[in-house]
Amino acid sequence: MISQTYTVLNPSGFHARPTKEFVQTAGTFPCKVSVMKGGKKVNGKSSLSMLTLGIQKNDEVTLEVDGEQEEQALSQLGGLLTKIFEE
Amino acid sequence: MDKITTYRLSGIAASPGFAIGKAYRLQQEPYVPAEGKAADIQNELERFRRAVDLARQELEKIRSMTEARMGAAKAEIFEAHLMLLEDPDLIDAIIDKIENEGANAEFALYEVSSGFIEALSSMDNELLRERAADVRDVSGRIMSGLRGVPYASVSSIHEPCVLVAEDLTPSDTAQLNLDYVLGFVTEIGSRTSHSAIMARSLEVPAIVGAGQEAGRIETGTPVILDALEGTVIVDPTAEELSMYQARKAEYDERRRELRKLLDEPTLSQDGHRVELAANIGSVEDLQKVLENGAEGIGLLRTEFLYMGRSSLPGEEEQFQVYKHVLERMNGKPVVIRTLDIGGDKELPYMKLPEESNPFLGLRAVRLCLSKPDLFRTQLRALFRASVYGNLKIMFPMIAVREELLEAKRLLQEEKEKLIREGTQVSDSIEVGIMIEIPAAALAADQLVKEVDFFSIGTNDLIQYTMAADRMNENVSYLYQPCHPSILRLIRMVIQAAEKEGKWVGMCGEMAGDENAVPILLGMGLHEFSMSAGSILPTRALIKRLSRREWADYSEQVLAMSSNDSIVQFVKQKTRSDLT
Repeated sequence: MISQTYTVLNPSGFHARPTKEFVQTAGTFPCKVSVMKGGKKVNGKSSLSMLTLGIQKNDEVTLEVDGEQEEQALSQLGGLLTKIFEE
Repeated sequence: MDKITTYRLSGIAASPGFAIGKAYRLQQEPYVPAEGKAADIQNELERFRRAVDLARQELEKIRSMTEARMGAAKAEIFEAHLMLLEDPDLIDAIIDKIENEGANAEFALYEVSSGFIEALSSMDNELLRERAADVRDVSGRIMSGLRGVPYASVSSIHEPCVLVAEDLTPSDTAQLNLDYVLGFVTEIGSRTSHSAIMARSLEVPAIVGAGQEAGRIETGTPVILDALEGTVIVDPTAEELSMYQARKAEYDERRRELRKLLDEPTLSQDGHRVELAANIGSVEDLQKVLENGAEGIGLLRTEFLYMGRSSLPGEEEQFQVYKHVLERMNGKPVVIRTLDIGGDKELPYMKLPEESNPFLGLRAVRLCLSKPDLFRTQLRALFRASVYGNLKIMFPMIAVREELLEAKRLLQEEKEKLIREGTQVSDSIEVGIMIEIPAAALAADQLVKEVDFFSIGTNDLIQYTMAADRMNENVSYLYQPCHPSILRLIRMVIQAAEKEGKWVGMCGEMAGDENAVPILLGMGLHEFSMSAGSILPTRALIKRLSRREWADYSEQVLAMSSNDSIVQFVKQKTRSDLT
């Protein structure tokens, strides 16, 4: 299991579009993906649960991956957490 | 043989026209199942999977139809819905509840989806709260599949129908597919409620406030909407059907006749010229303005720039929108009203304190003056756009002269700053205020010295003069545009402006009201700004009226004692004008 903490930079936080891309990407990896914010931990493969984190710009978010291909998952998904999406 | 099930309902004719078709009842009360156990767990899982599959098929169908008709952007919402059907935390949690707790599918679905709906609805972010509606929508669709009943939502309409609902929310109205929705009837609402205003801007026949009886109209029942009279005929007889088909044809023909007035100036019978402009609340409304022969925009509400998002719009974004509107209007006057938020319109991301009387609270120009940075951003964007057309700037809800002077001071400062920065700014921008508070109407003779024009906002002027909340049905009888109190205030405003050689417009509902237009013409109103759809009928009406005659009549009506007697008088006189 590996994990890393990121600061979200997308101006409107993590809403419909960024969440969709994150969850779709997470779904392509066999490992377990969890996202944590403020003591709450959710399944990174569920857009609904991701939305309930209410991630805003500048929020600190920890990504935790566990299982096969965890290295690639961490780098790709970490990239999405800090990506600025075109609205 | 005639059926005997026919009955009539009456409501408020909110947007004119006729609609004849089958009712489609929008189910807004979610189905709440009783807690139940599965008789056979395998069978229950199978039922649930079948319902999810059915929901997926329906959604895919709607998505591809929406994409073909309205483009990929509008279809995106259904992508999000389809994703929910795949969501592990939603679907697996339901399956788990059935498998391990022995719950039946309905109850498991209800329990799990309600948890998410509650979690999302309580977020302090509007965008996330809207996602709760998506979960509600999708779980409602699966629930319908489980129960074997058709799922009702605005977005799932794909055959011609007359929509029946308790009320329509802004997002419902945004999703209305006018290829299929022939008209709508709601149980609650008034002439100035959101759904009514939207209906007029979309030009779809609508009756609002038809009462709870309307909510009992079953999907599939034939109905006729006479949105000129405000009558809904449920399950009409064959005679009624053919009579209304003829009326509808006649109405459609008259509308074609009106098209001929499209490019004509608005002249009274005796050659007095006035200007007919349109009120708009979004960039999408521009097309309707141009199609309906407006001579300008009398009111551009800027709230749309600020609503349905999570942070304030920046200067550049606002500039682009204002520039676009000014360019599209090609030199015709465009009155842009500075932010009029508060009252019934909120901006959750500004986290303004709740007020017990929001209509009498920190709203419109009051809010802008208390948050000068927000106001300055808008003023800068307006100035930068001013070189692309004929811009006029208007401040809403001015109560006292000091507010106007402060707003003008900020305006002047931003203008000078821009000029110093080397930005081009138009030199001929007129600055005006809305007259919508009785205090401003009564002091119009003093305020006029500080402005280039007035625009009378009758919806609020009536609300504040009558002390009657415009959203409250119990006092809706006090919405009396032709009451002598209102007419006297309007005359004071027009006379005050005339003395100083300034112009007066009106941008409330009253400006397009056929019972008020003759009086306003007689009083000397210069500009009438209304929903785009009312422009041509008003132009046709004014062409039949004599300004001179109505100048006398409008003096006469001021001596009358009620709204009804004045309306009666206008009706009688305009009818005799016709003969």
